[in-house]
Amino acid sequence: MTLLAPTGSGQPPPAPPAARSGRRRLLPYLLLLPGAAWLLIFFGVPLVQLAAASLYDPSGSLSTGYAMTWAVSNYPDVLQAYWPQFLRSFGYAGLALVLALLLGYPLAYAIAQKAGRWNNLLLVCVVAPMFTSFLVRTLAWKTILSDNGALVGLLRDVHLLAPDGRLLATPFAVVLGLTYNFLPFLVLPLYASLERLDHRLLEAATDLYASPVQAFRRVTLPLSMPGLVAGTLLFFIPASGDYINAELLGTPNEYMIGNVIDSAFLVRLDYPQGAALSFLLMAAILAVVFGYLRRAGTEEVV
Amino acid sequence: MRLSRWLADRWVMIVALLVLGYLALPILVVAGLSFNRPSSRLSYDFNEFTLDNWRQPCATSDMCDAVVRSVQIGFLATVIATVLGTLMAFALVRHRFRGRSGINVLIFLPMATPELVMGTSLLALFVSAGVPQGFWTILIAHVMFCVSFVVVTVKARLAGMDRRLEEAAMDLYASEWQTFRRITLPLVLPGIVAAALLAFSLSFDDFIITNFNAGTTVTFPMYVWGAAQRGIPPQVNVIGTAMFAIALLLVGLSSLRGRRARRANLLAGPAGHLRRPS
Amino acid sequence: MARETPAGDLRLANLTKRFGVFTAVDDLSLTIGQGSFFALLGASGCGKTTTLRMIAGLEEPTSGQVLLGDRDITRLRPYKRPVNTVFQSYALFPHLSIFENVAFGLRRRGIRSVDDEVTRMLSLVQLDGYGNRRPAQLSGGQQQRVALARALINRPQVLLLDEPLGALDLKLRRQMQIELKRIQTEVGITFVHVTHDQEEAMTMADTVAVMNAGRIEQLGAPADIYEFPATAFVANFLGQSNLLAGEATGVGGGDVAVTAHGTRFSVPAGRSRAEHGPVHLGVRPEKLILVGSADQVPAGHQHVTGIVTDASYVGVSTQYLVRTGWGTELSVFAANSGTSARVAVGSEAVAYWDPRHAFLLPRDAADTDRTSPVLDEPVGASS
Ligand SMILES: Nc1ncnc2c1ncn2[C@@H]1O[C@H](COP(=O)(O)OP(=O)(O)O)[C@@H](O)[C@H]1O
Ligand SMILES: [Mg+2]
Repeated sequence: MTLLAPTGSGQPPPAPPAARSGRRRLLPYLLLLPGAAWLLIFFGVPLVQLAAASLYDPSGSLSTGYAMTWAVSNYPDVLQAYWPQFLRSFGYAGLALVLALLLGYPLAYAIAQKAGRWNNLLLVCVVAPMFTSFLVRTLAWKTILSDNGALVGLLRDVHLLAPDGRLLATPFAVVLGLTYNFLPFLVLPLYASLERLDHRLLEAATDLYASPVQAFRRVTLPLSMPGLVAGTLLFFIPASGDYINAELLGTPNEYMIGNVIDSAFLVRLDYPQGAALSFLLMAAILAVVFGYLRRAGTEEVV
Repeated sequence: MRLSRWLADRWVMIVALLVLGYLALPILVVAGLSFNRPSSRLSYDFNEFTLDNWRQPCATSDMCDAVVRSVQIGFLATVIATVLGTLMAFALVRHRFRGRSGINVLIFLPMATPELVMGTSLLALFVSAGVPQGFWTILIAHVMFCVSFVVVTVKARLAGMDRRLEEAAMDLYASEWQTFRRITLPLVLPGIVAAALLAFSLSFDDFIITNFNAGTTVTFPMYVWGAAQRGIPPQVNVIGTAMFAIALLLVGLSSLRGRRARRANLLAGPAGHLRRPS
Repeated sequence: MARETPAGDLRLANLTKRFGVFTAVDDLSLTIGQGSFFALLGASGCGKTTTLRMIAGLEEPTSGQVLLGDRDITRLRPYKRPVNTVFQSYALFPHLSIFENVAFGLRRRGIRSVDDEVTRMLSLVQLDGYGNRRPAQLSGGQQQRVALARALINRPQVLLLDEPLGALDLKLRRQMQIELKRIQTEVGITFVHVTHDQEEAMTMADTVAVMNAGRIEQLGAPADIYEFPATAFVANFLGQSNLLAGEATGVGGGDVAVTAHGTRFSVPAGRSRAEHGPVHLGVRPEKLILVGSADQVPAGHQHVTGIVTDASYVGVSTQYLVRTGWGTELSVFAANSGTSARVAVGSEAVAYWDPRHAFLLPRDAADTDRTSPVLDEPVGASS
């Protein structure tokens, strides 16, 4: 669970005192009961149901009802139909992740190590945009990138963009939107672990003949690993399941798997297909997450 | 030579400021557009300066209804999720019990599940159980995805707390309840407040899960979504700017009140566990 | 609280604490007299804190009893015991002012007007005027005094102090030791003071218990323990000793005869803890006197011969290492009183002692000579 709590990953708490009586032994269960029940009923059960729905007879409909036919073929079917969107989801999210790392690491590092007494102010600047509604911000990007906006005009003038070139409704816009929207989730955990980095360690490394690049590679990077892992996951998981950016900043050519699932449930009302797609998405994300965690090799995570 | 030296020393800070500029850019646009009189309903370009939008933020009354509904849901979801999550955090940090790893998975999974999947699966549950969708199903959904974040935030604070303080209190004649009331609660409170703020911001801004479980009820993000197709009233930008200003004000106030440590905690506490408030 | 309950000694009876299979405190029995200053001395990890926690009620004993007077308090909750603790880390409440920290215990017991008492207590620990500060705004030494005031104000029957001076620098530590002793004499409360600093234990306590691996090795007045240690561990934990492996061959004429490394020695029977079989013959380094040749040894004294391999000048004394013919290096401390010349490294020397200063301890048959290296400032070297 430390995945999402880099701030709490110090030494484990001292062992609680031995149970004093039966009532005391029961207490943790009483404390857990309401929350765990809520999660089980409204997260666990629906997930199981969704799994079931993904195996319904695809020829049914919401009005006529669905028959459970263990239609495992739903999975290859949807994969066949929507593999480009799947690939695109992970491609865009991966690209956005790379961009976010390039932007976010220096930002987190600067706030944690270089900003001195300004660090809280800068941190506020990272957090505050999240309080403006996420949709409103994405729509603002639509304004910024619009064809007759200042940015496009400028790029056309300096010939970085063809006279009829556009930014909006391109893969570029979607990736930019994803990067923008989830950047704080990468920066904050990264900041939390970089902030605890003792800068004397870097001095010690330089004292021991490490160049700045080596000092970064051998000291800073490994020590910021827990934050980096947590931030990467917090960025990647929602980014790959997102469909708002593709919808508002792209065209159907940029649609991600989220758009397909959304329309399967809310437009086409094809529940078996939507459920199968949801499950595939979740399975793919979990596979990526656990593969990544294994490679990152930080036992401090999860 | 001197310039390259200067750059070498400062490039990290320069990059950081540029990235902050990138983060701030849409906010500036939103703030600017809140003073705009659009030329047509579908235009997003700046046309003419006006204060009308701020004078009459509720000119489009269904938008204000949506904001009020979002605040109501956010408030209720925050209270419920904070209570449930705090109890769970206490159980996890302070007690040894069987099934702890199962509980940990149950808390972790919602954070690793795309919101889309949670939204669709919950929809499937409500449909099959014949529950009419609306205010209450939204509330249920919001509590569900906020709880995990509350647990993680409070847990971090609780785990960092020195158990010996409570032992010292007991040693000084404080009963279990008095120890909780006088020592534990005040010391964990910043974590609980941070968790509550986080829960509220997650709930207030959620679109994806809400969209699947709202029926005909409209929250603020859903209103914005719907309006995006028809043309957004400029008052939406007023709400966006106001939310931003309130957030800044809250953080500013808390940092004025609290000492450095507490302030850093308010930010870094939820920082580690924030997810996208969509 | 102390005023209502009948006075009494603190007694631990067969107290045992196990963590899993690990025994932290092993069948501990001792009595601490009312109003005495008792020091629990031992290396880190030997179970001192665990013992205190059981007395305070913060840890439940696996078996055994804690008795106060004739009252069994073993199962009493911590807040029901007339016992207070000064924690190793102070454990001051960071969110409360110094005043409220000190007033905490009184308020919990429902006492309304605490102002006078708190003010008096703060001035006892010389922190007048600090009441409105937060713990984080005080220095280590000041925090320590707040922790003391916070416990003392409750006038407990027993005050437990868990290495309260550990974090202080040497000068402040000396100062606080004197202050603690003064306060203890003034208020007349039983102090149980845990420390791993032998000098601290010896200067402050009426009674010292030396603890090792969860057991008490020896208990007594500091001087008694120092002069006549009960075990090899105590002999080298409290100060330093030269222990020579030998065989005792029985009592004759009030002395125990010992053969060690081919030489015959004797130790008064009153200073022998074994009369037969394998023994350690012990002499403290400062009880050894170095001379150039055997004919300078006064009558009635015993000696060994060796080569001086090291001499370190430490101001009040000079510390020599003398390698004996069988290879063991003995420590010898010579006071720099100006009456004797320094001995050069490499020269042959004779170390002699008065048999009344030696002591005899039972020894495991497999054990050989034991002399500890000079790691710390030796106790008694300056006296
Ligand atoms: N809660 C615990 N669980 C397991 N082992 C413990 C616990 N508390 C103490 N110990 C072990 O018991 C031994 C004695 O600890 P302690 O009483 O703290 O020693 P010290 O003499 O340094 O104060 C140590 O080896 C320590 O590791
Ligand atoms: Mg200890």
